[in-house]
Amino acid sequence: MSAVLPRTVDRLAAGRTDAARIAAAWRALALVEDPEIPALSIVDLGLIRFVNVKPNGYLEVGLSPTYVGCPATEVIRQSVRDALSQAALGDFDVTNVLSPAWSSDWITPEGRDKLHAYGIVPPERSVSNMRDVLRKNLPVVCPRCGSVETETVSEFGSTPCKALHRCRTCLEPFEYFKCI
Amino acid sequence: MSVDAGKVDADLVRYVLRLGDLSLILGQRLGEWVGHSPALEEDLGLANIALDMIGQARLLLSYAGEIEGRGRDEDQLAYLREQGAFFNAILAEQPNGDFGQTIVRQVLIDAFQLELYERMTASRDERLAAIAAKAVKEVRYHLRYSSGWLVRLGDGTDESHARVQSALDLLWPYTVELFAADEVDLRMAERGIGPPLANVYAGWSARIDAILSEATLRRPADRPHAWHGKRGQHSEHLGYVLAEMQYLQRTYPDARW
Repeated sequence: MSAVLPRTVDRLAAGRTDAARIAAAWRALALVEDPEIPALSIVDLGLIRFVNVKPNGYLEVGLSPTYVGCPATEVIRQSVRDALSQAALGDFDVTNVLSPAWSSDWITPEGRDKLHAYGIVPPERSVSNMRDVLRKNLPVVCPRCGSVETETVSEFGSTPCKALHRCRTCLEPFEYFKCI
Repeated sequence: MSVDAGKVDADLVRYVLRLGDLSLILGQRLGEWVGHSPALEEDLGLANIALDMIGQARLLLSYAGEIEGRGRDEDQLAYLREQGAFFNAILAEQPNGDFGQTIVRQVLIDAFQLELYERMTASRDERLAAIAAKAVKEVRYHLRYSSGWLVRLGDGTDESHARVQSALDLLWPYTVELFAADEVDLRMAERGIGPPLANVYAGWSARIDAILSEATLRRPADRPHAWHGKRGQHSEHLGYVLAEMQYLQRTYPDARW
């Protein structure tokens, strides 16, 4: 699906400097919610890799998928297009950035706080320890009561990025954002 | 892709289709479990792995279509090819059987993909290197899930042990094809695009031995193989998988939603 911009948009963009367009794009993108975790924006999640202006004057936004098969990816791409159109920043391209692969390390500190407040345990482990994924479970702290007496219910949860856990102290179920 | 006019890199097309078809067909098989798994958590687990497989397949088939240069996109390659034009190793198309059999098939292929993609992150083909770097992170979680279940079932009750051992005996002969390097595999390795399959096998074999040992399962003996899924010669099972997967596009050509 291609976004055809009305002419007025291009006129609006014409008077702005590149830096102003880029800053405005970041502001617009910071308001785009993740469709699965609406407490976070796609900027909080680290999905926006770059915003720049190409030699042909097009704004270019680099967007990375969290998981290659995540169905939310298409929704996010469309939301980015809608947000940029509404912000009237002129012509733009949304580029799919695969390499380097998105990492849960790129969730911003604000994003981690928001995840925790939303009841999802943020990924605690650094990607340098990714090989540990194949070893035994590491303690995951309950976001509600702080207990480390928790257990994994399922390695896969309601979305590809989350696992299901249960607290043995307060008995509440909760989600853990997987380190990837 | 910028390829010399009229000169298609046929080896690379075939190689990428093999990888993409392995993911696509296994993803389709895993999808059959949705709504039928032994527990909700396993329904979610298998569906999530299926989703990752389809995601890998989309990246790989799109790339194969670009190199091929005949204007076929990922959907056309998935939905409109005939059985003989699929190049997955036939382990992927083997039926799900019971949950234990699905888990055995998954461990064997997860370990293969892990060893393959870890090495492929250093491919001279930048696109494949990027796809591998993305996929390898997901595959680690797949193997963690599947090997965790294999240990529980193998080192579980007499019944669960017997069932997964028998599934292992049934599926083991098909693993040989994963590592049987033909001229395409050899040329890809020479060009530094695909890792040498002998190296992938060494890593896979050690990993599988460790998992089987923890699961108290016996490693079956290798037997000479007569499978040529990588050349488009499949078992009877693939036709049924394709019939279901391709039905809609063939009944309503070019349908979009």
